[in-house]
Amino acid sequence: MPVRIGIVCPYSWDVPGGVQQHIRDLAETLVELGHEVSVIAPADEDRPLPPYVVPAGKAMPVPYNGSVARLAFGPLSTHRVRRWLRDGNFDVLHVHEPAVPSLSLLACWVASGPIVATVHTAMRKSRVLLATQPVLRSALEKIDGRIAVSEAARSTFVEHLGGDAVLIPNGVATRHYLRGDPLDGWPGEGGTVGFLGRMDEPRKGLAVLLQAFELLAPERPGLRLLIAGRGDIDEQRGKLPAALRDRAVFLGEVSEEDKVRVLHSVDVFCSPNTGGESFGIVTAEAMAAGVPIVASDIPAFRDVLRGGLAGELFTTGDAAALAAAAGRLLDDPARRAELSVAALDAVSDYDWGTVARNVLSVYETVILGRTTTTTVGIAH
Amino acid sequence: MTWTIVVLAVLALVLWSFYVSWRASRLDRLHNRVEAARTSLDLALVRRASAASELASSGQLDPATSLLLADAVHRARGASGAERDLAESDLTRALRATIGDPEARKELAADDGTAELVAEVEDAAQRVFIARKFYNDLAGRTVYARRRPLVKVLRLYGGAQEPAFFDMDDAIDESVE
Repeated sequence: MPVRIGIVCPYSWDVPGGVQQHIRDLAETLVELGHEVSVIAPADEDRPLPPYVVPAGKAMPVPYNGSVARLAFGPLSTHRVRRWLRDGNFDVLHVHEPAVPSLSLLACWVASGPIVATVHTAMRKSRVLLATQPVLRSALEKIDGRIAVSEAARSTFVEHLGGDAVLIPNGVATRHYLRGDPLDGWPGEGGTVGFLGRMDEPRKGLAVLLQAFELLAPERPGLRLLIAGRGDIDEQRGKLPAALRDRAVFLGEVSEEDKVRVLHSVDVFCSPNTGGESFGIVTAEAMAAGVPIVASDIPAFRDVLRGGLAGELFTTGDAAALAAAAGRLLDDPARRAELSVAALDAVSDYDWGTVARNVLSVYETVILGRTTTTTVGIAH
Repeated sequence: MTWTIVVLAVLALVLWSFYVSWRASRLDRLHNRVEAARTSLDLALVRRASAASELASSGQLDPATSLLLADAVHRARGASGAERDLAESDLTRALRATIGDPEARKELAADDGTAELVAEVEDAAQRVFIARKFYNDLAGRTVYARRRPLVKVLRLYGGAQEPAFFDMDDAIDESVE
């Protein structure tokens, strides 16, 4: 049975951001699954919007929480939300980041009926929230089902609002990565190892990969490195011996489309992170492209690679171990094909289709729990 | 002959020292006044913050606006030193976003209780504007007086600190921007 879902985005639709991306992927997946979705978001009305987005007017830049955020609030936004709720006649209302002073909070305040809320970022308990608690409480108390995208985000619910939340991690839009044209001239005869991520952030581990390349390169004259990500290219290139420098190609920061092409331009993808990853989205994206993975043995990668069944794990920070593991894969096309299939299978757990189904079961639980009001309406 | 010179010299010295002490006491008065002006500026800022806080917790605003305003008030109250003017400017911007928009203003004025709270915020903001003008004017004059050669050479300001200008965005009305 199709569900009519109203989703509220607190941040400007025109500005790129994690929450907006999440809502876009969720909404499109829910539509694909045959549900009716309407998203209300602060947006410039003159810009083209996806058919499921209803603009709530322009967001205003205001100081909040120590920086300037583009938010929508005030009577005008409240009117728009109210009208959207009335016209939508939704079975369930899904607000994102309800503790941010923007549309989501307004929607909670105005609406009655089944409400689900997702928290994305961790927020520390503050005196501010206490000061406005009566006002906030009346809005936030109406939430029936709570979702957190991470453990850290879950603690926000526990600390601020009491009670608990279901953990549903972010999805990976796997189908975006499945197909892609390799960049011209790649991966080449001698094999290519790829890396994606901030080059100047030590925890991303590019240094480990460069050392491993030094060990691999002498025996494999055709082997090349393809590296994409933000950072100082000359500084990174300088870490390699002069003889190897033209065998490492640095692309700098790449667009979303080029990222997919990069993933399809390599024989082996390397995630040499030394820590600090909670999920490893880039690794999951590479898996979705069906690239065989060599990754350091940190908990996040062990999870997503099914303990080594869906990719090779090597001792974290150990360049020799990385060189050995990557070498084995480069020499063994059959093993690479095997890992490619295993990676595609493993990453489907994180696919938006799976995530959206989990979110749908939250919707259904909340809708079923209501016996009197059947749809989302306007309070008082 | 020499006596006349001595007497004249002593007289000149006495007159000069009178002049110097007069200059010193004038400078001292200036410092006192600048301090008083700073106190009234601080009081005006505190009053504005509490008026804004009252509006935020009135329950008459939508919760998003309430939260924004409460956050800005909290930051302004907690800030000290160099962060102070930034935090107070942020409070101004938050207030401008809340009550500066004519459309929003009309809505708020519809309710008597809210209209009163808004009027109080505006009044307090106007007082901040005035107090800051006076303080900066006095601070400027004091700084100028301290830089005069005689004052500088004899260090007539003693231990008194040089006043700093208080820079902030204090225009609540959108039209002023």
